[in-house]
Amino acid sequence: MTTKRLTCILCPNGCEVEVSYSGEPTPESISVDGNTCPRGVDYAIEELTAPKRTLTTSVLVYGGTQPQASVKTACPIPRESLFDAREALRRIAVDAPVAIGDVVASDIAGTGVDVIVTRPVPCSP
Amino acid sequence: MSARTREADVVVIGGGPAGLASAASAADAGAKVVLVDRNRELGGILNQCIHDGFGLHAFGEVLTGPEFAARYIDRAFDAGVEVHPNTTVAELEASRELVCTTLGERYPLRAASVVLAMGCRERTRGMLQIPGTRPAGVYTAGTAQWLTNMRNLRVGKKILILGSGDIGLIMARRLTWEGAEVVGVVELLPYPSGLPRNITQCLEDYGIPLHLSHSATCIHGRERVESVTVARFDGRRQPVPGTEFEIECDTLLLSVGLIPENELSRRVGVRLDATTSGAFVDDRHMTNVPGVFSCGNVLHIHDLADWAAEEGARAGTQAAAYALGGPAKGGAKPIRIEPGDGIRYVVPQTASRGSKELLVSFRVTAPDENRTAEVLADGRVLASEDLRRAHPAEMVQMKVGCADGLDADRLEVRLT
Repeated sequence: MTTKRLTCILCPNGCEVEVSYSGEPTPESISVDGNTCPRGVDYAIEELTAPKRTLTTSVLVYGGTQPQASVKTACPIPRESLFDAREALRRIAVDAPVAIGDVVASDIAGTGVDVIVTRPVPCSP
Repeated sequence: MSARTREADVVVIGGGPAGLASAASAADAGAKVVLVDRNRELGGILNQCIHDGFGLHAFGEVLTGPEFAARYIDRAFDAGVEVHPNTTVAELEASRELVCTTLGERYPLRAASVVLAMGCRERTRGMLQIPGTRPAGVYTAGTAQWLTNMRNLRVGKKILILGSGDIGLIMARRLTWEGAEVVGVVELLPYPSGLPRNITQCLEDYGIPLHLSHSATCIHGRERVESVTVARFDGRRQPVPGTEFEIECDTLLLSVGLIPENELSRRVGVRLDATTSGAFVDDRHMTNVPGVFSCGNVLHIHDLADWAAEEGARAGTQAAAYALGGPAKGGAKPIRIEPGDGIRYVVPQTASRGSKELLVSFRVTAPDENRTAEVLADGRVLASEDLRRAHPAEMVQMKVGCADGLDADRLEVRLT
């Protein structure tokens, strides 16, 4: 039996949950304790089987009031794809104006996830 | 600029989460509201907080800082708030007469009530008095965040972070993603000062070492930071001789605390709390200066923007009520609210006699588990809440209902 303590990162409460499983962790074999909401169970199972994170970074913007627009993956992506996704975004530049929700890249690093703008950048006057 | 209003019911100073929410709710309450902000863009520090984790309390979804700001900016404009951007308040009188300056113009502004929502500043190297040379490469974490996220500049390649505040933790991950090597986080206290989930997702995810009970004793380097000497510190916050080691780096980020920016408040005669460095306020968020209210990080440091905004909304409603209805009730002496065992501070510091409901925000003094927080009126328990985890990094809020109207000589919040 393996027992681990995880800090749930889904909300600022940051519950400390205890997970235990025997053999390889699978959604069926993992038991979760200490979560204060149901999402803690989903988080713990995902964290042990296929951890995911949201990438928040920025891309270059031409002709805007700011040199860059902040962006995020529209949903969490596999943790091991974070650096590939960041690298791919380094090669992307968009023209102002951009608005919140604009898609700057699709299927980033083969994850099937879009990358969207989180901060509006108007054209420079 | 002559189109700018010179007279309003409520003037809000500061356009971050607290100020925006305050302005919107004051306007919703029927007040004519002017919001003054020194930046071109509203949103305050949220604009550079491009990471997510905002909005869970306020909107039930996970947003980045700029997205969270956009919601409140829309809310303020929809409510009819008049915004004066690029504007600094140069003078504020107890009579709620202000002098504003903007791009070569200086103009008076008069209000029935004023909401202080100026936010906070970071502690700097000078405040810590770290010995050593004065090389380039020492930044506060927030300055590094601004340079990285707003100016697209690289702050360094090999980064050491002093202090485990949330901004430093967020920057550890951000700079790792940007290709820098973050060689460690050094924390004077025996526990981290940032939120637990940031320890997990910003440090542990990337194998960044966290040195607890350690701090910097010397900064080395001529032109640029070359290394930092770090030592173990004891319980009295003194370095333990013989425990020093040197960490090679070209950049030192400081994430060692935030200080409410109360210069303007002080000048107008607002009484400050020595523990929070923010104003003494009553349960309406009004300071000792009648008609002057305070909320958000200028009142006390929040760990979540959601709660700074909620506090702002409450202050805004009260500021509008004051402006539209004049000084309420009055007469009855307010009830003091004091921190008891295990509590570092409580906001507000006084409550009005006869209040039906009271919301207290407080922080504990040390990390602990399975404690109970109690609000007492002259020793009688009014409300209690079990805290599975009590941590100084996490502000706690408790609602106290009092159907018959609050009446006591003294209120106390304590841990048992």
